[in-house]
Amino acid sequence: MFESLSARLQGITERLRGKARITEADLDVALREIRLALLEADVNFRVVKDFVAHVRERAVGTDLLSGLNPGQQIVKIVHDELVAVLGGERHELRLDARPSVVMMVGLQGSGKTTTAAKLAVRLRKTGKKPLLVAADVYRPAAVDQLVQLGDQIGVEVHTRSVGTPALEVARSGLDVAKQRGLDVMILDTAGRLHVDDAMMDELVRISGSVMPSETLLVVDAMTGQESVKVAEAFHAKLPISGLVLTKMDGDARGGAALSIRAATGLPVSFLGTGERTDGLEPFHPDRLAQRILGMGDILTFVERVQENVDQAEAEATAKRMMENRFTLEDFRDQLNQIKKMGPIGQLVGMIPGAGQMAGAAQEAVDSGQMKRIEAIIDSMTPDERRRPEIIKASRRRRIALGSGTSTAEVNRLLKQFVEMQKMMKMLSGGKLPRLGGGLGALLGR
Amino acid sequence: MTMARPRREPTGMGLRARPSGFGTRLRSILGGGAPATDATWDEVEEALIGADVGAEATLELVDAARDRFRDDGGRTGDDVRRALATEIRDRLVRVGSGGFVLGDPPSVILFVGVNGTGKTTTIAKLAHRLVSEGRSVALAAADTFRAAAVEQLRIWGEQVGVPVIAQRPGADPGAVAFDAVAAAESRNLDAVLVDTAGRLQNKQQLMDELAKIRRVIERRMPGQPRHVLLVLDATTGQNGILQAEAFSREVGVTGIVLTKLDGSAKGGVALAASDRLGVPIVFAGVGEEIDALAPFDPDAFVEWLFAG
Repeated sequence: MFESLSARLQGITERLRGKARITEADLDVALREIRLALLEADVNFRVVKDFVAHVRERAVGTDLLSGLNPGQQIVKIVHDELVAVLGGERHELRLDARPSVVMMVGLQGSGKTTTAAKLAVRLRKTGKKPLLVAADVYRPAAVDQLVQLGDQIGVEVHTRSVGTPALEVARSGLDVAKQRGLDVMILDTAGRLHVDDAMMDELVRISGSVMPSETLLVVDAMTGQESVKVAEAFHAKLPISGLVLTKMDGDARGGAALSIRAATGLPVSFLGTGERTDGLEPFHPDRLAQRILGMGDILTFVERVQENVDQAEAEATAKRMMENRFTLEDFRDQLNQIKKMGPIGQLVGMIPGAGQMAGAAQEAVDSGQMKRIEAIIDSMTPDERRRPEIIKASRRRRIALGSGTSTAEVNRLLKQFVEMQKMMKMLSGGKLPRLGGGLGALLGR
Repeated sequence: MTMARPRREPTGMGLRARPSGFGTRLRSILGGGAPATDATWDEVEEALIGADVGAEATLELVDAARDRFRDDGGRTGDDVRRALATEIRDRLVRVGSGGFVLGDPPSVILFVGVNGTGKTTTIAKLAHRLVSEGRSVALAAADTFRAAAVEQLRIWGEQVGVPVIAQRPGADPGAVAFDAVAAAESRNLDAVLVDTAGRLQNKQQLMDELAKIRRVIERRMPGQPRHVLLVLDATTGQNGILQAEAFSREVGVTGIVLTKLDGSAKGGVALAASDRLGVPIVFAGVGEEIDALAPFDPDAFVEWLFAG
């Protein structure tokens, strides 16, 4: 499950070897895989149907580009089409009025309150003076939550006493923003179901009263097939101007964005990542397209690495690698750092072209192979870790015994370590080995 | 206190059928008396996918339903519907969906899930249900991370009339869980419901933290937590399967609570997740009100699924 589209299309590449053109019959097989990949990414099935039909039109009779295999070429067509649907003009918030109102709406639990605080941080960075208004009068402690977030980020939060209707909170918030000469009022509203008429009417009344210049629909990236219905219902009642796709630091593919964009034409304005108040990013269509296709997201990978790796330590290790002083101790530290970054299969999956290795890597962890490697290194003396060449037969037996492994396994690790050192030598000499070769060899594949 | 939302009338298991859902779509595909063809089954597949059952689980489900249809000598659209409904119901029953037995006191119930699925609200609703059955209950605020999560649980505790075990925000959630088990013992409680911070299942450090909370409870009182309930939002798509797999791996999920079934989503991913993991669906969140948590009933669920 959740294989990358590139991996799914491997077979196509085999079938089409030596052909110059993609035929209808070849396409049928490919399009089936594309359909499945999109459905697994939670793209709405009606949107998938239209989308696949469109890709077929574009792909039939396309000449194969040199340098791309047919599978890759189909992936490229799909990717380009996705970007075309997702992209278009960038949605910049229009906040000319003073004060402007940005209204946050959405289902329960989509992340409106957190996003409101993140947006305040972001707008303040651009020199705006924001006011947060806590108009979720239903969920217990929702107001407290916004007040606490406001404290954290140093942004004023307008609240009213318990029992004040949401409309009144919003109106008085606007008065406060005017009096204080603030630039933007960010209005947090209660989560509600799109099928709850009474609650939807409340939003319509609030919107009619404070006349927001931006109404952002906050959508959970994990949303399934209902995303279109939800967005259409909110859009029918309110002047929605853009989407915020939240929880993008999860491993959902985020097909909801494509579905909503295709069905309503609404642009994606921001992506929410993480629970820290600085986790709101402008939207990049190509990055999301790659993610929907499971093609790997090298940028996310790099970010994840940066988040988890101690920069100074990493530089020191890199230096040792270059000078060929990389030891088994460094290697063990690296394994530990990788573990901190999350499930390794997912991590490797972010590397373009390494999709197939993701499963193997995860299996290595699950089957305890990683643990065995660690145990072997842990059973060595510090001197052995620094100078593995001193490990002869009797030391090998002791290490195998101490780590609960076999001498064959100890031998294999030592051999692979020597290979790794050789590869690093090549790297520092400017010769780049095949991507992923190191890890693949390490995992015994 | 917070304001009450405008109330809507519940029906059935508390679920109301909505037009233009899965059932409506099936009716238009299947007609009734007309013979079923391959094309009919293709459209059934599409309807299931549209209900978030997922491509892989749908193919499996439809294959099984087709076998059943053939074995029963089925011909018409009505027969297709019957075969499919029976297959779905059987799969739910097979994993024990519906049966939530609290067990001998005390029961420590650990609530887990990703952010925003409704863990805290579900805890309040379950506490209300248990209290109305005459049980003694306490809540434990082991979500010490999210802003105001502790206050949210405190407010619910007041409304339901049960004590809330809490430390200051930012405290070690394991320590709160430890206090909770100690309280269960010293106060002779029937149940302690432990709230945890929402966490995305791909954040290994947070998952490790959750596993630690579980271990703390286990060490303090062997055999606990008796229940580990995964709170799954019915609006969730295929990521729900990854959620179920990851939380099961880390803390051993014993049951699924399917929330937000009062929206238009059918929660099909819960079918797939429950089937794949062999974990029952035990409760359904069917509304905003404190009493809007129904014991999951496979028959009522299937009836609702095919109705609207």
